[in-house]
Amino acid sequence: MIELENVAYSYGGAELFAEVSLAITPGSFHFLTGPSGAGKTTFLKLCYGDLTATAGRVGLFGKDRRDMTRDDVALARRRIGVVHQDCQFLDHLPLAENVALPLSVSGRTAEADGNLNDLLAWVGLAAQARQLPPQLSGGERQRAALARAVIMSPDLIIADEPTGNIDWEMSQRLLTLLVELNRMGKAVMIATHDLNLIRAAKAQVSARVLRLRGARLVAAGAEL
Amino acid sequence: MRVEIGRVLSLMVGDPEADRAVPPTGFTAWLTLFTAGAMAFLTVFALALSLATGRLADRWSSELARTATLRISAPPDQVAAQTRAALKVLQETPGIATARAMTEAEQKALLEPWFGPDLPLDTLPLPQLIEITETAQGYDATGLRARLQAEVPGAVLDDHTRWREPLVAAASRLRTLGFAAIALIAASTAAMITLAARAALAANAQVIRVLRLVGARDVYIARAFVRRFTLRALAGAAAGTVAGMVAIWLLPPAAPAGGFLTGLGFQGAGWLWPLVIPPLAAIVAFAATRAAALRTLRKQT
Ligand SMILES: Nc1ncnc2c1ncn2[C@@H]1O[C@H](COP(=O)(O)OP(=O)(O)OP(=O)(O)O)[C@@H](O)[C@H]1O
Ligand SMILES: [Mg+2]
Repeated sequence: MIELENVAYSYGGAELFAEVSLAITPGSFHFLTGPSGAGKTTFLKLCYGDLTATAGRVGLFGKDRRDMTRDDVALARRRIGVVHQDCQFLDHLPLAENVALPLSVSGRTAEADGNLNDLLAWVGLAAQARQLPPQLSGGERQRAALARAVIMSPDLIIADEPTGNIDWEMSQRLLTLLVELNRMGKAVMIATHDLNLIRAAKAQVSARVLRLRGARLVAAGAEL
Repeated sequence: MRVEIGRVLSLMVGDPEADRAVPPTGFTAWLTLFTAGAMAFLTVFALALSLATGRLADRWSSELARTATLRISAPPDQVAAQTRAALKVLQETPGIATARAMTEAEQKALLEPWFGPDLPLDTLPLPQLIEITETAQGYDATGLRARLQAEVPGAVLDDHTRWREPLVAAASRLRTLGFAAIALIAASTAAMITLAARAALAANAQVIRVLRLVGARDVYIARAFVRRFTLRALAGAAAGTVAGMVAIWLLPPAAPAGGFLTGLGFQGAGWLWPLVIPPLAAIVAFAATRAAALRTLRKQT
């Protein structure tokens, strides 16, 4: 689905990372770790087409990112659910409408009705459906972001620190949801610092753990 | 036809869902509403001016083109003889439908507006006037003048063209200027709405980013802005048009007194013309906002 071949990225200055190659295939489960500022968020942005690699090739669903129009990218994003590190909500819309936004923008509003309530209940936000995002706690926002990421039933779910503000019990629940989706054939890619989360996941699925270190993407050591 | 209109409307009105995705922005809303209203108000007057001067030009050219006057200035004892001679010449001239010597009373009535009712007409050496009506084909003015010069020395033919043409030209120029004013108003409306739309797009950069991240295409994002600005322009222009029409309707009737001001305003079916203004404003807003939105979205990759 997503292929990176010899990819490098730099924000104008020095290269953040280089010679990165990875294929995200249906049903795969990846963790991405690395110190703060190593470029995890940047790497994920390359995966969902928000950034274009400064070197190498990134393929999204068989198309080279460099040849894609904005509309092509938009259509590709409907197949990728993303939990952003900073959530990215529309602050003037109630939570329920924010979660349903991917359906609205792709003209599938009708599908929202039943799904939406189940999903909000699942992430424990049924009571907050009418509230505006700024009125929610950090953890509530992250759970809502996960709900929005999966509402389109995407082929790939990318999550950037999805459990950063969440207690252990809720993290476990979110992980269970992601594992469940992975068992249904969806690919999952999670960037996290939370080693406990990675260990818990490895008990349930066979996950590959990658680490950004020294400007390279490497397989994580045996400590995991 | 109904289906066509429905398609165009849905294109223009778009998706209310998309409209909600963009938060309302106060000052651009008021700017658009006010601009559309003021411009529609001005357009009503430009339209009234164009229609009125158009009518005036048509009337003058048709009324005046068909008439002429023959003036006979001669010593009092010769006037009657020369008048007879002139009428004979005129009757023999092809292209002249009627020729009639005006009575003293008619001449007095003509002069009254200028000199007042107490004019001692008898004591003044007034020329005799002969009123001429042409046929549709018209007559040969040069030939007639030459013949009159030979046979009726005191006759002067005044076929009005001298002063008619510049008046008609001025009236039709005024009509053209009225339509040019309407075009300029439309252009500045488009410019103002473009500015307002750009301001709204810039203010909502973060909203646009979020919509992009969840897979919105450019047309979806543009539609949210286009719909809003189109509806605002429509509402503002409707209010401005109604205000302009009321103002024209309240103009004091100038019919009997004035020459030029007669009928500045709308007549009969002419009252339907201003109703075109609000939809026209909506179309201008639609085009301006759509162009501004798509251009902005193309730039922010
Ligand atoms: N838009 C940008 N322009 C310039 N530099 C940037 C930009 N975004 C990120 N960076 C820099 O790139 C580096 C990597 O950022 P990134 O957000 O990818 O790190 P990260 O691994 O996700 O960190 P964290 O674990 O704290 O989230 C940082 O040093 C950051 O300052
Ligand atoms: Mg990050």
